[in-house]
Amino acid sequence: MNGIRKPRFGFWSAVFWILMGFGVATAFMRFTRGLGSVTNLTDTFPWGLWIGFDILCGVGLAAGGFTITAIVYLFHLERFRPIARPAILTAFLGYLLVVVGLMFDLGRPWNIWHPLIMWNPHSVMFEIAWCVTLYTTVLALEFSGMVFEKLQWKRALRIQHAVVIPLVILGVILSTLHQSSLGALYLIVPGKLHPLWYTDRLPVIFWLSAVCAGLAMVIVESRLSARALGRHLEMPLIRELGRALLGALGVLTVFRLRDLYARGSLALAFEPTYEAGLFQIEFLLGLVLPFALLAFPRVRASARGLYAASLLTVLGFITHRLNVSITGLESAQHRYIPAVGEVLVTLMLVALGFGAFKLAAKYLPVYPPVTGAAPGGAPANVRSK
Amino acid sequence: MSTNTRSMKISTNTKSMLIDITRCVGCGACTEACLQAHGLTTNVDDIKDLSAGALTFVSEQGDLYVRRMCMHCLEPTCVSVCPVGALHQTKDGPVIYDASRCLGCRYCLQACPFNVPRYEWDKVVPGVAKCDFCVTRQAQGLQPACAEACPEAATVFGTRDELLAEAHRRINENPDAYYPHAFGENEVGGTSMLILSPVPFDTLGYPRALPHEPLSTRTWASLSHVPDIVTIGGAMLLAIWWITKRREEVARVESAERIAAQNSNGVHPGGGHA
Repeated sequence: MNGIRKPRFGFWSAVFWILMGFGVATAFMRFTRGLGSVTNLTDTFPWGLWIGFDILCGVGLAAGGFTITAIVYLFHLERFRPIARPAILTAFLGYLLVVVGLMFDLGRPWNIWHPLIMWNPHSVMFEIAWCVTLYTTVLALEFSGMVFEKLQWKRALRIQHAVVIPLVILGVILSTLHQSSLGALYLIVPGKLHPLWYTDRLPVIFWLSAVCAGLAMVIVESRLSARALGRHLEMPLIRELGRALLGALGVLTVFRLRDLYARGSLALAFEPTYEAGLFQIEFLLGLVLPFALLAFPRVRASARGLYAASLLTVLGFITHRLNVSITGLESAQHRYIPAVGEVLVTLMLVALGFGAFKLAAKYLPVYPPVTGAAPGGAPANVRSK
Repeated sequence: MSTNTRSMKISTNTKSMLIDITRCVGCGACTEACLQAHGLTTNVDDIKDLSAGALTFVSEQGDLYVRRMCMHCLEPTCVSVCPVGALHQTKDGPVIYDASRCLGCRYCLQACPFNVPRYEWDKVVPGVAKCDFCVTRQAQGLQPACAEACPEAATVFGTRDELLAEAHRRINENPDAYYPHAFGENEVGGTSMLILSPVPFDTLGYPRALPHEPLSTRTWASLSHVPDIVTIGGAMLLAIWWITKRREEVARVESAERIAAQNSNGVHPGGGHA
């Protein structure tokens, strides 16, 4: 079907290429005139949108990769197998984009490999650098199965199958380590980060919220792919994911409330401050609301309801990470609003993510064949030729 | 007063500077000496803040003059957070930066409780800039340029033990002239710079209520779990995989046996299986 249709340059293609153009122009500025030429970063606000969104959110939104592979390969819940590949693909693309984002943000990106040989085990950043390097490799190997299958490289595929369990175990461990460590990065700024967000439990909160965001992303993506590609997951599966998300959101909500209460910071959420306002948006609209929505069986039964709740979860997750990385530090440092250049690069990365996902879903066996999926998946060819 | 029991790192040799705000007349000799010692060409009158071109400066706050510079922590936060060891502490205390290792993550800027490190935002090959406690001069047996240049002895150089004793002596002998605390004695585990002031330090822009433990204890509390997560987590995941796989195999064999039994016995209704 796809092969017959003429290439169509629709609205989204135009958006994609415009964003690419702006992004490349910004990249040129950044690499010829320095970070200061395209960012609003300063000595007292050294981490901005690129760290807050491209890195912290990028890694978190890719967390579906480790949760779903654990469910399918370690817990042997075979019925979830159809989502393993979309989740792996999202995760792999997510981490690749994180690396691209880092190339923009690091002052000396050509030294990005230094942590591999210059060690400082006392640095959270060192641990993250190692974990992200290793996990991106793990994801590339997990992802390679789709490529081998497409290319009909039987031997490579057999080898890949043989090592997939150790890979998945390694992936879960590495993910747990660095997803939580992204929160641990901020343990070092007790005097700067607002008490609505600073807590010793930041690592746990980051891990839990990544699990939520990862699950929500799989649901959101299924919906988007259904629209764009006519491929999607079956409703009973999505519904079950919705229930898992409900559980995860519940745990996160209770955990965060308990933490705020235990630290005596709950009252701060009701004060008429800038921070409290953004906290309320994040907490009520991005955590409590999707949780409440999913609690209704009727919402979980409808594709639209599941999509809405998942989208809220994703937006709430992004708000939380931006609150930790930007809002919460503004009163101690100074107001920061991302520069146009920072926004353009971020939009380019998002567009690249969408574009790459679309290409991969079109040409690789990502989603199960539409008609009667064979369980355990004899690699049926997806209708892309 | 109290001896700092926490900082085991302080050797009798740890170098230090005592900066007495009550003595500073704001002449700026320290700033100029610093520029000269580091080969910087910034115009002194243009210096309004620390920067890659000004590693120290004197800020005028009402009728007081307050020197700004790296505090050279005894347990430096920047050294603990740097993923590549581009920042490190020499054995006598100075905290110095090695640009060749740096990858530019700027975690040091983010983490420093005193907001000291500066970044070269407008350079294509940027680096971190901060006071190096004149480590090369010290190696030659000289004192830091700023201390040598100060005409009022508002900044003096020595070992930390003797300067801490001196700070307390000044406070005790003249309690009306000083706010009763030597800033840096125990902030974030203690710093090599010790500061005396006639007014509370937070009114001069110094961070208020810094914890007495080094900040790195907080990240270490999280990092120290890494070996547990790897070993216990790995073992648990392996166990889960093995158990669920085994359960599946058993189920498969049982159902095969059941089918075989059914075939040999003929169809029999309602087998007694769970």
